[in-house]
Amino acid sequence: MAKAVLMQGNEAAVEGAITAGMRFFAGYPITPSTEIAEQSALRLPQEGGKFMQMEDEISSIAAVLGASAAGMKAMTATSGPGFSLMQENIGYGAMAEIPCVIIDVQRTGPSTGLPTSPSQGDYMQARWGTHGDHPVIALSPSSVLETYTLIIRAFNLAEKYRTPVIFLMDEIVGHMREGVVLSNPRDLIINRRKMSFHDGANKQCYFVPEGEYVPAMKPFGQGERYNITGLAHDVSGFPVNSSEIAGRLVTRLLDKVEKNADDICRVEEFAMDDAEIAVVCFGGTARAVMDAVLQAREAGKRVGMFRPITVWPFPEKQLRARLPQLKKILMVEHNHGQMLLEVQRTVGGALPVDFLGRIDGTVISPADILAKLSEMEGKNHAE
Amino acid sequence: MSKRYEMRFAGSGGQGVILASVIIAEAAVIAGLNAVQSQAYGPEARGGVSKAETIISRDKIWYSKVTRPSFLLALTQASADKYAKELAEDAVVMLDESLAIPAGLDPSRVIVVPVLRTAKEKVGKAFTANIVAVGAINRALRLFSDEDLLEGVRRHIPAGTEDINRKALAEGAALITDAQAAACARRI
Repeated sequence: MAKAVLMQGNEAAVEGAITAGMRFFAGYPITPSTEIAEQSALRLPQEGGKFMQMEDEISSIAAVLGASAAGMKAMTATSGPGFSLMQENIGYGAMAEIPCVIIDVQRTGPSTGLPTSPSQGDYMQARWGTHGDHPVIALSPSSVLETYTLIIRAFNLAEKYRTPVIFLMDEIVGHMREGVVLSNPRDLIINRRKMSFHDGANKQCYFVPEGEYVPAMKPFGQGERYNITGLAHDVSGFPVNSSEIAGRLVTRLLDKVEKNADDICRVEEFAMDDAEIAVVCFGGTARAVMDAVLQAREAGKRVGMFRPITVWPFPEKQLRARLPQLKKILMVEHNHGQMLLEVQRTVGGALPVDFLGRIDGTVISPADILAKLSEMEGKNHAE
Repeated sequence: MSKRYEMRFAGSGGQGVILASVIIAEAAVIAGLNAVQSQAYGPEARGGVSKAETIISRDKIWYSKVTRPSFLLALTQASADKYAKELAEDAVVMLDESLAIPAGLDPSRVIVVPVLRTAKEKVGKAFTANIVAVGAINRALRLFSDEDLLEGVRRHIPAGTEDINRKALAEGAALITDAQAAACARRI
């Protein structure tokens, strides 16, 4: 058996990405994601891959899209300010259906904010940062080992659905070190479905068979010419100005994520079987929530944790399934109430949803959560 | 060892307190324990207060931050004064000899050691102060075997620096008297 080693979340992201087949990284270093670029620069040449430091984040995501179109599994990593700069090309990736993984190790914003302090303030930006209606898949890990396994899933989903996947980390997990034993789950790797002009009768690069959502992909620049554009396009890849074709295209792009939500959405539930209060959280916040739930249980309170691992699309079906048994929900996140909006939308007023958040760069502690749970209990008695 | 042993390492950016906490956490993993390590620092590359934390436990560790440390290493007066206020009852505090014992801190809980001077004069390199400290910490607290600690150091130093780091560990351990080690043993 492999020996346990102490590893940082950011390092685990690189190791997982390499295991998933990532062989191209382009980026511009920014705290607290810098170790991802450093480790990629060290590890990719060892694996026959390429690392490029770009002049900024706009060119970084552009290089990643280019490398992926040419057939590589590609990734970039940044934090809030750089994630903002990447947004236009993330939309391009969604429209042109170019798989890639974008890591955002969130720090406290807005703007350059507190560079070394944790936050989860980019949750809504991950969904709505780029303009227009577009599909988004975003995953968020809460431990070093999960960073490793989940980024492999991020690449798999990117390839399977031909879309950029946001890997939404936070400073808590990115900069934390834990002992891990990395397994080598090579049998789980999904590679893209490749298409060639020489395959059968259909020579259209965005051709999607009836009943399917995702076209196979032609590696660009390898002898078979076709067009890639952010403009609305038909199956040939060339721009069109037709409402009918544009509507059909964007509907398919949205459907490929929405109609496959059961495949994409994953959650972790802890002590939820008989829970009356669910503490909802994601990413590094879950670590304080776990301790708080364990302590609340010791005190005889029926509290559980509901943690979306897939944070976009929001796993509403999984949360809705828990509503009949619940009396209250507490949303805990390091922002001013972002996933809270998704929880409220899902709950639809069926039960009270309380909120605990922080926006000052301080980590929410188990004691903060227990105090909030007691306060909610107090409100109960008052009613 | 208690269920959750919380340690804090504080100093000025560049003194290597983060690496010290990483090495202690690595040695814990090598020894088959659970460990979580994290840090807080400002945007500066050198200077500014630097704080690192390691939690060691036989059980799974969830919350990754230290709230009431049972051990504090401080290498600057500012960090000693700041973090002496947030300690578990019976905590062991290790201070460099250049520092004054913070007001309100029971001197019997404090181990004063010449970490910075030993690195500079006996090891011959000021930048080995963090490894000297790690050697002293493990001699005082007896957390891990010497082999596990040395392996923990080895995983985090550049090739070619093994000898000087081994020397720094030994010089650090030599700073702790048997009486000091015995007093600490009763408090873990």
